[in-house]
Amino acid sequence: MRPILMKGHERPLTFLKYNRDGDLLFSCAKDHNPTVWFADNGERLGTYRGHNGAVWSCDISRDSTRLITGSADQTAKLWDVKTGTPLYTFNFDSPARSVDFAVGDRLAVITTDPFMGLPSAIHIKRIAKDPEDQTGESVLILKGPQGRINRAVWGPLNRTIVSAGEDSVIRIWDSETGKLLKESDKEDGHKKPITSLSKSTDGSHFLTGSLDKSAKLWDIRTLKLIKTYVTERPVNAVAMSPLLDHVVLGGGQDASAVTTTDHRAGKFEAKFYDKILTEEIGGVKGHFGPINALAFNPDGKSVVFAILLKLSRSTRLVFVKQN
Amino acid sequence: MADVMSMEDIHATAARLNVDLSSLDLGSIRLPPAEDFGIVSDDEDLKEEESLEFEEGFANIIVVDNLPVVPKEKFEKLEGVIRKIYSQIGVIKEDGLWMPVDTETQKTLGYCFIEYNTPQEAELAKEKTNGYKLDRSHIFAVNMFDDIEKFMKVPEEWAPPETKPYTPGENLQKWLTDEKARDQFVIRAGTDTEVLWNDARQSKPELVYKRSYWTESFVQWSPLGTYLATVHRQGAAVWGGATTFNRLMRYAHPQVKLIDFSPGERFLVTYSSHEPSNPRDTHRVVINIFDVRTGKVMRDFKGSADEFATGGTGGVRIFVLSNGLKLFYFQMGGGKDDKYFARIGKNVISVYETETFTLIDKKSIKVENVVDFSWSPTDPILALFVPELGGGNQPARVSLVQIPSKEELRQKNLFSVSDCKMYWQSNGDYLAVKVDRYTKTKKSTYTGFELFRIKERDIPIEVLELENKNDRLLHLLGAKSGTSTGRVSKLTTLKGKQANALYWSPSGRFIILAGLKGFNGQLEFYNVDELETMAQAEHFMATDVEWDPTGRYVVTAVTSVHEMENGFNVWSFNGKLLYRIPRDHFFQFLWRPRPPSFLSPEKEEEIAKNLKKYSKKYEAEDQDVSLLLSEQDREKRRMLKEEWDRWVSEWKRLHEEEKLERQKLRDGEASDDEEEYEAKEVEIEELLDVSEEVISFD
Repeated sequence: MRPILMKGHERPLTFLKYNRDGDLLFSCAKDHNPTVWFADNGERLGTYRGHNGAVWSCDISRDSTRLITGSADQTAKLWDVKTGTPLYTFNFDSPARSVDFAVGDRLAVITTDPFMGLPSAIHIKRIAKDPEDQTGESVLILKGPQGRINRAVWGPLNRTIVSAGEDSVIRIWDSETGKLLKESDKEDGHKKPITSLSKSTDGSHFLTGSLDKSAKLWDIRTLKLIKTYVTERPVNAVAMSPLLDHVVLGGGQDASAVTTTDHRAGKFEAKFYDKILTEEIGGVKGHFGPINALAFNPDGKSVVFAILLKLSRSTRLVFVKQN
Repeated sequence: MADVMSMEDIHATAARLNVDLSSLDLGSIRLPPAEDFGIVSDDEDLKEEESLEFEEGFANIIVVDNLPVVPKEKFEKLEGVIRKIYSQIGVIKEDGLWMPVDTETQKTLGYCFIEYNTPQEAELAKEKTNGYKLDRSHIFAVNMFDDIEKFMKVPEEWAPPETKPYTPGENLQKWLTDEKARDQFVIRAGTDTEVLWNDARQSKPELVYKRSYWTESFVQWSPLGTYLATVHRQGAAVWGGATTFNRLMRYAHPQVKLIDFSPGERFLVTYSSHEPSNPRDTHRVVINIFDVRTGKVMRDFKGSADEFATGGTGGVRIFVLSNGLKLFYFQMGGGKDDKYFARIGKNVISVYETETFTLIDKKSIKVENVVDFSWSPTDPILALFVPELGGGNQPARVSLVQIPSKEELRQKNLFSVSDCKMYWQSNGDYLAVKVDRYTKTKKSTYTGFELFRIKERDIPIEVLELENKNDRLLHLLGAKSGTSTGRVSKLTTLKGKQANALYWSPSGRFIILAGLKGFNGQLEFYNVDELETMAQAEHFMATDVEWDPTGRYVVTAVTSVHEMENGFNVWSFNGKLLYRIPRDHFFQFLWRPRPPSFLSPEKEEEIAKNLKKYSKKYEAEDQDVSLLLSEQDREKRRMLKEEWDRWVSEWKRLHEEEKLERQKLRDGEASDDEEEYEAKEVEIEELLDVSEEVISFD
């Protein structure tokens, strides 16, 4: 295990994402500037300047040319990955939370928070091939869930959209008609707000993490509950290994209570679980704050943890799996 | 006038009455109070809500009978007298005293009604003044107003009581006959209360009974484990049964705070203290003693907190379930008889016997300034503690009193004592008195033990002094472990250990040195016979340690005093973690106690001698279980794996089906290999070192 500490962000990290090749790591933080790093040595490559608020999430196109970011400044921006120039700005009436490119990168799903009486919404935008032709029109706007939608991702073949958020319900929507197709029921579903959602590499199943101290694995087509991973603390971030049958859960208590407790009380360790047997197989100690973002390198050999610290640095741990 | 008039109507009316509207200042009009002219006020709802609070029934009214019958002239005087008597007890409501008068003779009828603010006050007034002698011919008869209705319903003619057919009860001790010799425990977490078997072999607990909202405050086992008592706002209830938990009996005691069983489980004591309606008054204390099986109240004690508190410490002790307040029972013989109980009062110890529930010899034992007492667990002996008085002129004293003869068996004077605690050894052989003494400067204290040997002639006393009250220095005393060592000797001193609590195993051979709460839950399992540490472990933030009644297992728990990590861990006696159960809002963990063994000491010795023979059977069983478990585990893993493989193949198939469409979505980009990572084993040969050597050729 060889951890690399990556310093650069001045405020807590919010989201991490590798590109498809696994050579670049994109990080979002509350300090307005999404940053790109070399995945193998942790060197900073550059930042994307232009947002005026906390950046909540990002996504990278398949060919690593376009980056989309959603920010609390009520915009989502499309960037040129190489030059760092903003190509287009989608304006909303409330903070943008989650962004996700569809298969083929011609569509993107963007969620907006409830704000000043406006309900939360899921917007589907068309992404033009040539940024000159880009428009801000929404193909479809989905409304309905109560509270914040923390994550919305595309289903197989862009036919559906999976959303999860504060109302602790997972929903599958038809991305053509906007119809609500499926909802997780009370018995199987999470009992507290869902904080994170992560798709498997082939897009066939996904993992959700919730403040109810559990993570659940679902089939993306039928929304059938496959596995439940029980932990001892609220789950803030989840990730699945693309290589082995492992899942990683990160979490900890509320950031507001961090300074008042012993670091062990907060249970800030990242836990590895066997995906099939749902048994804990290991943990990474040494964090002093809750983990609020996690990502697996597509090569399956390293994991990034974003840890909330007083100075809010990010830690990167290149982690060679045990057993 | 209730109808709203239009402006025209008003003008018309004004013209008819020759009133010049312009000269009127409408703001100057004041409506007579309490007249709404049919206009409903918005505040009406509020009033209704308030009036609801006053509908309390008649529980706060008492009827005072046997008053003198007086003519009209003396009415005021009599009323004044009654008011004086009854306002001492509580606050009489405004117009709360009503003395009816005969309309013809204008004389009073010899009774009156008094309404208090609260039913508690009314109860107290009834309690205190029933039988009050105003003069020789007028002895008050005080009743609750509610009771009159009850007495009216008594039928005139006596009807023979129905005899119910006898229904045999369940075997309440069935749990002791568990085939696997497991122990039960009860836990409270969130709204649920659960009774579980500790199945250490399976490394998990097995549910016996679960119920939401079983209790409103806490649960408690009876000392022999027969009953589980639950505490509610209206009283307490006991539960038990052969296989499940049925309610066996209820004991009414409103707002009960604490309960306790007598050691032989014959009686249940309930305690409550009530806020006085007058803040200057002390709290009112109610103690009831019930017969557990019949549910009948055997004796009750009521009074102000002062009467139950002891000497100098005042009312504070009420809230601590301390000896002063708790009624102590003790058992005799095989623990079947709970013959006496004692109560501490001001300068007095009252000892009652349970045949008649009256004082022994109709007299309490007078002991000046007694603050603490404790029953021997086996014999009718009371240990009393009287603190130092008069600035050290009168020494503190510990004495042993025999009941029922009230004879003082032994007495010991102690000097410069700051505090003193009495601990009985479980067989009643020793009484250890822990004495905190002042040093000469009176600035700090040091600790010593006085050991009374009850079973020996004249009860010799042995004094042990500890050099230092440093919590890093632990002294292990053989006698405290419950084994009957002939002489007390210091076994060892463990230095440099960090611990703030010690827990002896019930079997006495093992001790856990625990650093609870602030010490992060460090645990050390220590074998006293061998004087060696068996294991060291940690249960982070642990707040409680509980040995099971057999001393085989021990539980450490984090209760809801901490926000995080609530739950409990089960360990074997030698410090092996068996299983962990996390539970949110974890409140309580209690092992079900076991009654003492019926085996004679000879028989026990024989079993100990031939332990191999007996243990063989269990060892075989253990092996079977562990084999079965690993078999089950394998099976489970295989099933899970198969299930997962089914999912994966299904996903693969669908993925394959969608391949073409996906390519179309990606503008015909053929590569679809982004998901196709495969685990490959790669062998890499590395040349570490090359060296040439000339080998001689023979």
